[in-house]
Amino acid sequence: MSTSKALEGVGGFLDDRFRGAKGFRTLFRKIFPDHWTFLLGEIALYSFIILLLTGTFLTFFFQPSMTGMTYHGSYTPLDGVRMSQAYASTLNISFDVRGGLLMRQIHHWAADLFMAAIFAHMLRIFFTGAYRKPREVNWLIGIVLLTLGMLEGLFGYSLPDDLLSGAGLRILEGVMQSIPLVGTYLAFFLFGGAFPGNDIIPRLYILHVLLIPGLMLALITAHLFIMFHQKHTQMPGKGRTDQNVVGAPMYPYFMAKTGAFFFFTFAALALAATFAQINPVWLYGPYTPVAMSAGSQPDFYMGMLEGALRVMVPWEWNVAGHTFSFNVFIPALLPLGIIFTGAALWPFIEQWIIGDRREHHVNDRPRNAPTRTAIGMAAITFYGVLWLEGANDLLAEHLDIALYTTTRIAQVSMFVAPVIAYILTKRICLGLQRKDLHLLEHGVETGVIRQLPSGEFTEIARPLTEEERAVLDARTQLSGPAALEAADENGIPAPATRGAIGKVKARLSTILTESVDLTAANGHGRNGHGGNGHGGNGHGAGEPAPAAVPAGGPQEISAGAGPAGPPAVGGGVAAVGGGTVGGGTDGEVAGHSSSDGPDDLGPDGPEQ
Amino acid sequence: MSEINGHGEPDGSPAEAGRIHQGPRRVIGTPPPAEARTLLGSGKPDSAAAVQRELPADPPDLRKAKIAERIVAACFILAMLAGIGFIAAYIGLEVHSIDAVLRSNLALGTSLSVAFLALGVGATIWVRHLMPDVEITEARKPLASPEPDRAAFAETFAEGAEASQFVKRPLLRRTLIAATLPIAVAPIVLLRDMGPLPGTSLRHTVWRKGVRLMEDVSYTPIRPADFSSPGGMITVIPEGYQYDDDALAKAATIIIKFRPEELEHPTVLNWTVDGIVAYSKICTHVGCPVSLYEQTTHHILCPCHQSTFNAPKGAEVIFGPAARPLPQLPITTNAEGYLVAQSDFHEPVGPSFWERG
Repeated sequence: MSTSKALEGVGGFLDDRFRGAKGFRTLFRKIFPDHWTFLLGEIALYSFIILLLTGTFLTFFFQPSMTGMTYHGSYTPLDGVRMSQAYASTLNISFDVRGGLLMRQIHHWAADLFMAAIFAHMLRIFFTGAYRKPREVNWLIGIVLLTLGMLEGLFGYSLPDDLLSGAGLRILEGVMQSIPLVGTYLAFFLFGGAFPGNDIIPRLYILHVLLIPGLMLALITAHLFIMFHQKHTQMPGKGRTDQNVVGAPMYPYFMAKTGAFFFFTFAALALAATFAQINPVWLYGPYTPVAMSAGSQPDFYMGMLEGALRVMVPWEWNVAGHTFSFNVFIPALLPLGIIFTGAALWPFIEQWIIGDRREHHVNDRPRNAPTRTAIGMAAITFYGVLWLEGANDLLAEHLDIALYTTTRIAQVSMFVAPVIAYILTKRICLGLQRKDLHLLEHGVETGVIRQLPSGEFTEIARPLTEEERAVLDARTQLSGPAALEAADENGIPAPATRGAIGKVKARLSTILTESVDLTAANGHGRNGHGGNGHGGNGHGAGEPAPAAVPAGGPQEISAGAGPAGPPAVGGGVAAVGGGTVGGGTDGEVAGHSSSDGPDDLGPDGPEQ
Repeated sequence: MSEINGHGEPDGSPAEAGRIHQGPRRVIGTPPPAEARTLLGSGKPDSAAAVQRELPADPPDLRKAKIAERIVAACFILAMLAGIGFIAAYIGLEVHSIDAVLRSNLALGTSLSVAFLALGVGATIWVRHLMPDVEITEARKPLASPEPDRAAFAETFAEGAEASQFVKRPLLRRTLIAATLPIAVAPIVLLRDMGPLPGTSLRHTVWRKGVRLMEDVSYTPIRPADFSSPGGMITVIPEGYQYDDDALAKAATIIIKFRPEELEHPTVLNWTVDGIVAYSKICTHVGCPVSLYEQTTHHILCPCHQSTFNAPKGAEVIFGPAARPLPQLPITTNAEGYLVAQSDFHEPVGPSFWERG
């Protein structure tokens, strides 16, 4: 085909000069695992590219100037109104540049999608434990990117100098002023004097179009390079271990898929920009420090900070001629600070507590790390309460609740709801684990009831397929060395668990690694939860153990249970239990095999 | 790669120089020799026995593939048409009025969306139904370098450190560090001129004795009689500062009319005129203009964070995160009967700051 001819020409030319054949072959054959949640990061990446493209277009027309002028443009409702050049040029982009409105709206929607995708991506990484060694650095880069993204978005929507964005800047300035010791100076330096001054928009502009995107581009490059170098994690499944990557090669499969995905992302943004109006600055009017409209909302990713400001009680101290505005700087810095700092430190905290220094490449299913999942859900709940409080005026209006009541509810629930979320999540995870255990032990209940010749009724259980079994079986042994040694050595505590800190660590380790013991399926229930699992299941651990282990390859199982005549049914169940043992013996013990994935296939998969 | 100079390399597989020189060049349109497709990680691509192709050349069902091909082609044609439509819409539809912009945006956006959607759908069907399914397992090596490599690197590093004399000569080391410190601080110092020092500027506004209160929108002075109906709130600005945002950001003021008996301590009655009281419009929380007024309860509400101030009682905070009441502006009337300020505010307006006290 002509492909080879082209390659001969161009490829030959390049290779003569750069010696790339070997490297590119490796690159082309690089294996990419597949799972729908892996697309979340790609959405963020493509949104970023679209932001760069549309943003560049906007810079051709935007005037980052606060110089006042009187508008006489195409948007007649504002004819004769005084405004800044920044605002006027935004109107021009919208009403006098062909495609300008579309590009503006795509840009704004892309910013929102970018942040939403980062949040979702980050949650996916957290709940599947994909941040674990060796990926801690990429996790940190991701958090920095998220922070930069928030700033970039805030600065971006401040540029048009409309009434809404000006109010956002005013709040920013008020928050900066509240910082003890240096706040007033910081605010004066950023704004070039007292608010609003004439400098803030040109300054935000250069930060928005050069400095922050430059940093983000560099970090995204590093993020991708590290991901590429370390190879992507994979979801648990048949044949997937920490020592391999299972998937399709980058060329042509991943390239084509990801290319298609770029088109879909762009199409979604273009659709949103065509049919869903966003940030109609012409309706808000130009900024004036004198006015403010009700129901003002920042973009969604700033909503949590807004809610934190709203929920705070009016604490302010005056000490020795200085003002501590706890009512402002605490909500501005503390809640999000806790979440981001906590997220950044979490991989290291978890590692330290469990003592797990292994590499992990197969993801956890969220249920298999109940405490981690519960902590994540508690954090989401905390964030979510404050985020909702950021729109409490709208909630009060639409839900017909008194405005102050919404704030009081938020004041209570920001502390209570995360605890409830933690407890509930943990119980749900443990319950799902028991369900998995049940499936492993007994197969899938088909709902088909048969009557045996003896008159007994029995339900046909379909044994798990190999793929289903692999998903359920894969489970990181969360109890790391520290905890294990503490229990195992004859009463002598392991070095890691000695002393006061060691005891705390051992205690935390117990909490963090709480799980239903999957090895119960192999016949040794160990801890209390394993015991619960058994109680619920009725069939004891004894049943699987004597089952025909030696024969029990996975194929044998399906052979046994497949032609399920009435008598075979009971046998099928037993064989399934035995299969676990068989699987365990030829690999590692089930449950040690290593991680496990968070995918949502989990509960449904086996029933399909 | 000098080895394959002049012959190039026909199929994108790794350049195994020896192999490529063997045999005639492949005829265009014929499949490549089997050894051209080596198994990834097979180690010795040269040993012909070990190689087999890793990716199937065709999907299993060629008849279905043919249908898929037509669908994909249709998608791409649609994308092409939509792309042409986009250009046509750009050329054909003018803007410069609200209606025209709506039409243009609809046409451009729809065509762009359809183009990308069709491309995406086409490419997806292509991957899913035309490219043969593969699942390949690739080995993953531990990320840590083998111990000898680490040791060798440590050695190299130590050698370099030694050769550089950095460790041996503390004088050099310390003076170098000493030299870099001021240079590292310099960029921060350079930022000093980004703004003036705050000084006492946050303590004052442009209100002075005798400055008239101008109605915000119409920019007209106000007589108490013009503002006679109790229950209203209007925004006023100091005369002469209509276009000075810096001044207005601190000086924006609201006046509210009460029946005189409604006003209570801590409202300063001497600072009011006929039940008209003036408060700073800048919220003491983070500085939004307090724009909402509830006539029945006399509550002033900040729309940003819902700090609520009790207007007849010195604008005390009754709900929300603001910690201080809105400062009251002393007002009176001048000889012509217009409302004027008696003086500036007696305390700093707007959000708190460290030096406020």
